[in-house]
Amino acid sequence: MLAVARTLVHRDLLLALRRRSDVATALLFFVIVASLFPLGVGAEPNLLRAISPGVIWVAALLSSMLSLGRLFAADHADGTLEQMLLGAAPLGVVAMAKCLAHWLVSGLPLVAIAPLIALQYDLAPGLYGVLALSLLLGTPVLSLIGAIGAALTLGLRGGGVLLALLVLPLYVPVLILGAGAVEMAGAGLQPDGQLLLLGALLVLAAAFSPWAIAAALRISME
Amino acid sequence: MLEAAELECERGARTLFRGVSFVLRAGELLRVAGANGSGKTSLLRILCGLARPSAGAVRWKGQPIAGLKEDYTRELVYIGHASAVKDDLTPRENLEISCRLAGRAASGEALAAALVRLGVPELPVRKLSQGQRRRAALARLLVSDALLWLLDEPFATLDAEGISNLNGLMEKQVSRGGAVVYTTHQEVGIRSTRVVDLGAGA
Amino acid sequence: MNPNSTLRWFRFASPQTFFPLAGTIALGCAAAAALLALGGLYVGLVVAPTDAQQGEVYRIIFIHVPAAWMSMFIYVVMAGWAAIGLAFNTRLSFMMAQALAPTGALFTFIALWTGSLWGRPTWGTYWVWDARLTSELILLFLYLGFMALHAAIDDPRRADRASALLAIVGAVNVPIIYYSVQWWNTLHQGASVSITRAPSMAATMLTGMLLMALAFWAYSIAAVLVRVRCIIRERE
Repeated sequence: MLAVARTLVHRDLLLALRRRSDVATALLFFVIVASLFPLGVGAEPNLLRAISPGVIWVAALLSSMLSLGRLFAADHADGTLEQMLLGAAPLGVVAMAKCLAHWLVSGLPLVAIAPLIALQYDLAPGLYGVLALSLLLGTPVLSLIGAIGAALTLGLRGGGVLLALLVLPLYVPVLILGAGAVEMAGAGLQPDGQLLLLGALLVLAAAFSPWAIAAALRISME
Repeated sequence: MLEAAELECERGARTLFRGVSFVLRAGELLRVAGANGSGKTSLLRILCGLARPSAGAVRWKGQPIAGLKEDYTRELVYIGHASAVKDDLTPRENLEISCRLAGRAASGEALAAALVRLGVPELPVRKLSQGQRRRAALARLLVSDALLWLLDEPFATLDAEGISNLNGLMEKQVSRGGAVVYTTHQEVGIRSTRVVDLGAGA
Repeated sequence: MNPNSTLRWFRFASPQTFFPLAGTIALGCAAAAALLALGGLYVGLVVAPTDAQQGEVYRIIFIHVPAAWMSMFIYVVMAGWAAIGLAFNTRLSFMMAQALAPTGALFTFIALWTGSLWGRPTWGTYWVWDARLTSELILLFLYLGFMALHAAIDDPRRADRASALLAIVGAVNVPIIYYSVQWWNTLHQGASVSITRAPSMAATMLTGMLLMALAFWAYSIAAVLVRVRCIIRERE
């Protein structure tokens, strides 16, 4: 079972490596969205500093959601997803492995790039740590919840927009806790509560999403 | 070995077929025949466990496959319409991954030998023709020791050499005690013990 | 429950048998709804006293709060039917879930709209980002998502099962969403007043709201059953 999971993660990472431009585009999207806000609201430093946790988090949300299209669609189209359903490992394990690979490629880089954006917004240096930690805890949850939506909308026309409608309401708690943690720290308070809650969400998502993703995949593939 | 009992398949509002029953024993070759749209692919998917029949049951060695899950799928190889090879990988990488995902270990030499035997060049799959992709997919049959083969249109896009290769593979599988269920439109000159005809289609 | 009566109830799991029963119940509930609504509106508009702070405007809570209650209650019921459908594979359960969604969305919309109308004379703006209104907004998106997913899938069986799974995932998330929005609201607005803080409840106000809630409930049952009959006719 673990061998299958390891093979899948390795395979997805290899495929992402061979399609580097797809991956880079989603990350570039993160940077572009975050750069749009100052153009929209003006470059007043205090304003930007105040909105930066929210902006970075919303940009991370949107970027993560865009990359969900790559999670199952390609495998579904060329028949490899079917083979995974017939494989030696339970579908929940397959789902977890694919989400892990997805997060490594689409979520973890966001954690690395976010400080650069924070720099653009002149976020106080002491907050970089909380920002990175909140993203580190939150982006896996986004991958896991988003995977449920991706599995449900497999092969549907208008899939991308429909996926957004389904998944964004479910993303709201992660957004609130993630951005809230940074804002709490910015106000001089302890962000521990929010970070712990994010951690709890991560544990819950890791425990229950694989079941939901597997059920959704079976429903979509019948 | 494999038993289908009163299978019925509905697609949308239509019933594709009903009352399909057969028993497949070791060493038997079963061909699923029928016109376009009669549900041949659906039947094969039901036999794998990918789809659920609207009535009836499939049993493997006496037990319903719904309960067996991986214990059943471990003993079969299913090759559907889609070749299940990734464009961005080479045939060798694809084969290795297929083996690992199915829980089988295969040595590098065995994989390479299988691909050479079927005449698949070692290029990224993107650059291969349809027929070569089909052969890359069929290479899985050579490296697996599964008892049951479920093949959907395996002869499609193959040339004469490919067809005779596959014929040989299927006969060897059957002679060593396995079983094969396949669908095809073409007359491929292979002796089948049985035919299940799904009729004219809905 | 003795086995005979259990079997009798399961008979109604067939859409054909349920059809006439649904019609009868719908008629009864529609009548009940009309009566309850009259009673509730009478209490709300005539009997309940004028509020010291907000004057007559506050009376809109007699529609706003029951509508919000119903919107959340219907979602739970919808998720319940979805779960039954997935567990027992009964067509009618999925049809019930499908029928509940538009009514639930309607009540969510009414809650949002009345909340907005209340906001204007009271706080000066048509929209207030308070906890209840924001949660209702997200709930509306969950309903719309359910309906959109069902509409986007051609195969009826896949559509039923996919939207059922979505409803269940949504139901699990609703408490999480609600509490995180509550917390978000306190973080950003602190001590400022909100629409959720209704005027202190006089007994008559509570009676009025309960009557309206029951009226909405009866209406929902009637509307949903009528819709289920339409769906049964369409699909069988």
